[in-house]
Amino acid sequence: MFEVLIDYWPKLLDGMSMTLKLTFISVVIAGLLSLPLAILRRSKNKAFQWPIRLFVSFFRGTPLLAQLFLIYYGSGQFREELTDLGVWWFFRDPFYCALFTFALNSTAYQLEILRGGLQAVPYGEIEAGVALGMKRTLLYRTIILPHTYRIALPALGNEIILMLKGSAIASVITLMDVMGHTRRVFSQTFDISVYFWAAIIYLMITTLFVFAWRLLEKRLTRHMYYPVNNKHLPAPKALNPPKETCHVN
Amino acid sequence: MNKNLCSLALSIIFTATPFSALHAEEATTLRIGTEGAYPPFNYFTSDGELAGFDIEIGKALCDKIKAKCSFVAQDWDGIIPALLAGKYDVIIASMFITDKRKQKVDFTQPYQKSAMTFVTEKSSKITDFSPKALAGKSIGAQGSTTQGEFLSAAYPDSDIRLYPTQDAVNLDLISGRIDAQVGDMIPMLDWTQKSEDGSCCKIVGTPITDPKYVGDGVGIALRQEDDALRQKLNEALDEIVADGTYKAINDKFFSVNILTLK
Repeated sequence: MFEVLIDYWPKLLDGMSMTLKLTFISVVIAGLLSLPLAILRRSKNKAFQWPIRLFVSFFRGTPLLAQLFLIYYGSGQFREELTDLGVWWFFRDPFYCALFTFALNSTAYQLEILRGGLQAVPYGEIEAGVALGMKRTLLYRTIILPHTYRIALPALGNEIILMLKGSAIASVITLMDVMGHTRRVFSQTFDISVYFWAAIIYLMITTLFVFAWRLLEKRLTRHMYYPVNNKHLPAPKALNPPKETCHVN
Repeated sequence: MNKNLCSLALSIIFTATPFSALHAEEATTLRIGTEGAYPPFNYFTSDGELAGFDIEIGKALCDKIKAKCSFVAQDWDGIIPALLAGKYDVIIASMFITDKRKQKVDFTQPYQKSAMTFVTEKSSKITDFSPKALAGKSIGAQGSTTQGEFLSAAYPDSDIRLYPTQDAVNLDLISGRIDAQVGDMIPMLDWTQKSEDGSCCKIVGTPITDPKYVGDGVGIALRQEDDALRQKLNEALDEIVADGTYKAINDKFFSVNILTLK
């Protein structure tokens, strides 16, 4: 059980850095792409709306593994065309192919999450902003986006975790991530416990991530916590309105 | 109503029992694990049937030991663990007999000779296949194989890419993602000479026959406790070689005798 860890931990560590690199870069790219796309997706212009709808339903409606195969082996069939276009160097590299697939896939999911967030912004606050004569950019920066991200944050965290675990399929296109190294070590030792250590690695990464994400969530929703122990604030009495005002009739 | 159901259930139980007892007494079934993704040795035909050299050898052996054959297709990565877990009794999947594998499973005597070779695109200008000359080049092979181990051990400075199946390696050699690949000699001969997509590529360099990597040939793997079965299969192998069955199957697939590679 432990021998395999002692013998092969550098490999697993190596795999971990590949997994983190893949997940981190694709999630960040997706994070940058998803916001403008989510805003365009909400526009009334059908020319923006429909291509984005198609994109989302393709990437959410098909397995990530199928997408990866399609992009990796599919692009291999069009080597000459892609060379003419000058982009073959990109598709030739398995790392870029995986990054491309994962980023697009995650964009589709994050886009839908943000769309939900955008839709849930209280309309009264936008109205108030408009009434104050705020410009569109100011409106977005100070009212819409803070709300959107606050609402979307738990779901975004979830999506990032799913992407981290989904990245385990990168080994089918020869990338040596945690899963790739694990399979390799297993084929050399036939020691099944290496899969256990791989699971521990994934668990460790997600646990750390969940903690970090929770801190971020706390920070963004700090106005929603009532500071019970703060002496300088009026006692919670203020929250309970005097009884007589409750009388109706 | 309830009574009816009850008696129905009982009658099913009672009639079923003698049948299953009968089955146990029937001729033994030899469950054979194979990969099904390694033409021409083992592959799926267009109607989803397993076929190929390994499959026919398996059937011939079953005839000799008077057992019924059933084939199980299993991904290469898990082919030995599934044998150890008892999912099938033997592996006939063109597996090289190597020391590392011998620690986990036993092998019959070889039924093919083993060698590996480099393959490149026809237009490739690589002529020197020493580790030094191939430093920095990308070389592909199927993972969990002797080829993969060979590359990882002997070519540490090259970019080694390990694929889940041989077909995937071939695809990437055609598309030019890798500069060369290392494969088993016989399937590579078959692929480059007989298949349409393999016409892109050629066998190059000198065959790799170092027993350290290719082992002592290709054998049938079985669990270490199944000594009696191993004896039986060894005898059966001798018989099919002696009575010409082996040659007939061999000639169906290959132009050289793959037991001697001559």
